[in-house]
Amino acid sequence: MYLADSRTSPASAAPTTGSRRYAAVPGTVLVLGTVSLITDVSSEMVTAVLPLYLVAGLGLSPLGFGLLDGVYNGVSALVRLLGGGLADRGAGPKAVAAAGYGMSALCKPLLLLAHTVPLIGAVLAADRTGKGLRTAPRDAMISLACEPAGRGRAFGAHRAMDTAGALLGPVAAFLILRVAAGGYDAVFTVSGCVAALGVLVLLLFVPGRSGTPERARGRTARRAPRAPARALLRRSAIRRLAVCAALLGLTTVSDSFLYLTLQRRLDLSESWFPLLPLGTAAAFLLLAVPVGILADRFGRRLCFLCGHLALLGAYVLLVAPLGDSPALAGVVLALHGSFYAATDGVLAAATADAVPEAVRGSGLAVVQTGQAGARFVCSIAFGAAWTAWGDRTALGLAAVGLAVSALASVALLRPGGHTDDPGGRSGVGLGNRPGDGPDGVPDAGREAVR
Amino acid sequence: MRRAHRIVVLLVAVLILGGVALGATLRAADRAAEKDRVQAGGPEVRSGDVVLGTPGRTVFRNMAWGPHRDELTSVAEADPSGPRTASGVRCLRFHSAAGTGVCLQAVRGALRDGYRAVVLDERLRERRRYALAGIPSRARVAPGGRVVAWTVFVSGDSYAGSSFSTRTSVLDLRTGDLDRTLESYRFFLDGEEHRAADLNVWGVTFADDDRFYATVATGGRTYLARGDRAAKTLRSLRPNVECPSLSPDGTRVAYKKRVAGASSDAPWRLYVLDLRTLRETPTAERRNVDDQAVWRDGHTLVYSLPGDYGSDLWAVPADGSGRPRTLMDAALAPAFTPGPRG
Repeated sequence: MYLADSRTSPASAAPTTGSRRYAAVPGTVLVLGTVSLITDVSSEMVTAVLPLYLVAGLGLSPLGFGLLDGVYNGVSALVRLLGGGLADRGAGPKAVAAAGYGMSALCKPLLLLAHTVPLIGAVLAADRTGKGLRTAPRDAMISLACEPAGRGRAFGAHRAMDTAGALLGPVAAFLILRVAAGGYDAVFTVSGCVAALGVLVLLLFVPGRSGTPERARGRTARRAPRAPARALLRRSAIRRLAVCAALLGLTTVSDSFLYLTLQRRLDLSESWFPLLPLGTAAAFLLLAVPVGILADRFGRRLCFLCGHLALLGAYVLLVAPLGDSPALAGVVLALHGSFYAATDGVLAAATADAVPEAVRGSGLAVVQTGQAGARFVCSIAFGAAWTAWGDRTALGLAAVGLAVSALASVALLRPGGHTDDPGGRSGVGLGNRPGDGPDGVPDAGREAVR
Repeated sequence: MRRAHRIVVLLVAVLILGGVALGATLRAADRAAEKDRVQAGGPEVRSGDVVLGTPGRTVFRNMAWGPHRDELTSVAEADPSGPRTASGVRCLRFHSAAGTGVCLQAVRGALRDGYRAVVLDERLRERRRYALAGIPSRARVAPGGRVVAWTVFVSGDSYAGSSFSTRTSVLDLRTGDLDRTLESYRFFLDGEEHRAADLNVWGVTFADDDRFYATVATGGRTYLARGDRAAKTLRSLRPNVECPSLSPDGTRVAYKKRVAGASSDAPWRLYVLDLRTLRETPTAERRNVDDQAVWRDGHTLVYSLPGDYGSDLWAVPADGSGRPRTLMDAALAPAFTPGPRG
């Protein structure tokens, strides 16, 4: 028996924050945010120039070659589960995350050597494998480094920093190409240096296992069950959360389809189209922390559901006959960005609430993989519906589906629905008010699990 | 390691990595600057007037290094390696017919570069411009000079960029009507209407203002399709045809064909299809050709192959005879003025 969430954990994990009790965001979380920011600058630099590199730099006709085919999505999901599992067992989250970041960093110089589409595809696959590997351990470290009551804010801060990196990367690549026309090799080299810096920051400034505050950590980490995913899914709270995430993921239309619909609806000029993702990212960046704080205050599952209502709002605006004012684009993108702000980090925080520390990595991986898989299914189904019935009908169907999924999720995540939890009550209440204890879990039930 | 040590390690790493990054950028900048200097032994290029449709002169994108790189440039057809006249108009892709030019060019922005299609009159003055959604790939003007088409590559904005699609637009200069994407046309595959999300259209070549040919791809295969602007339809004629180019008399199509046994990076060979007999003939060019060929006249094909300065133009007889020969070094996207022979 150990505490799923030790109240004493965050202070010692936050070496750079002065105030212990009201520390804004723990230092470790800021360091992990910095690592993500740096890494995203690096990877988005490559993403931004890759099409131009293939067409103008290598003179390839890239059509018809999917650089990463659908099969890879399945591999990616397995890698993510593997990353979560390894983090919980022998290696520890820092080592697995470092391996993931390191793998992606090594891929950048390899791009200098790969000049054919299959080789470039292989390098990108390795890059994504690194990303899959590191995501769950990194989120596990964030959740372990902060006070349970402040998890929403901590994840919000991390996601904001991550998004800032994604916004800066293309700008950095653009500036390099402005100084050196056609200098794709310079972009890849700089990207590799930036990625190496990210790995170094992680290795130097993120506390390893000995630095994590949990007193029982050394003992319990090795006690993770042999098949963590299966053991996890026996836990009611996590099962419900995973089902909700997948259910809502099934009706979450992919970004590119949303932007395409927006462009068609408003008859936007081609030159505006590439800017639409920036609108979403800007809203995400600005709202991630405030929404995370609201999630801490009023309940993370509630916030997660409200985020999907924002997405539903965006769908409805796109389906409804509201004319083609550019203001509509602004509102849709703001809603889309708030959807991410209210769901991305918040889901990780809510998952952390429901998963004991020893299997935190696996828990995060299971829920996130379920969500990603469901979104992949959705984009295939949505593409088919789009072809068969047109964009409006397809989006209308998605809206109806999302509303139904949201209602089902309300029922699933409602307070009091935790009687079938085998290991005790681990809190599945929709709202976790401060009075419930920092975790939204009645204090009596806080010592969870096994 | 103590905190101070860690900070020292970080600072040293920042210096080393920053040095490598700066060095790579400066080296690339140097290389880029090199391209703005005229290289010895290259073609002579001077500023001057370029007029579309001047008999005996070819207009193309000059790829030779120097101040006129990427400009629309003309040269005497009789002396293609002779002195070039540069117009000052920069294009990535270009085509012209009957005094109308279409130029796909890069546009420098504050925080990102974009692309646009510009319709030019015979003196290369801008008539219309349209923003493009992706990287320019193909451009064509219909023989009468009243309709133009262009194709761009569009890539998904996802992490580590997944796959590409094309977008082909057709513009009617008389009415100003722009069909933004030919994917909105109804596509008939072997006579049956075929709807698919993976439809891609590229490489338009015009028979007249209304009828054209293009490549349609779906389900991992490519087809030669006949298009009709009035009916807004595309009808498949034959599989494995990319980047068709219709002969001046409208009887044959030159195209790139994906051949069995070729490497996946260099899969295409240049073929000619007789539209009356549907018989195909390989040209004498045995190398990989990734271009939409141009008919210089009724019996010669001109196409681009990679060269020292990005691209050289080559010529080969359309009937499968002879052998390929260099037409022009450091040149791309030529347009020929039809001679009296047609």
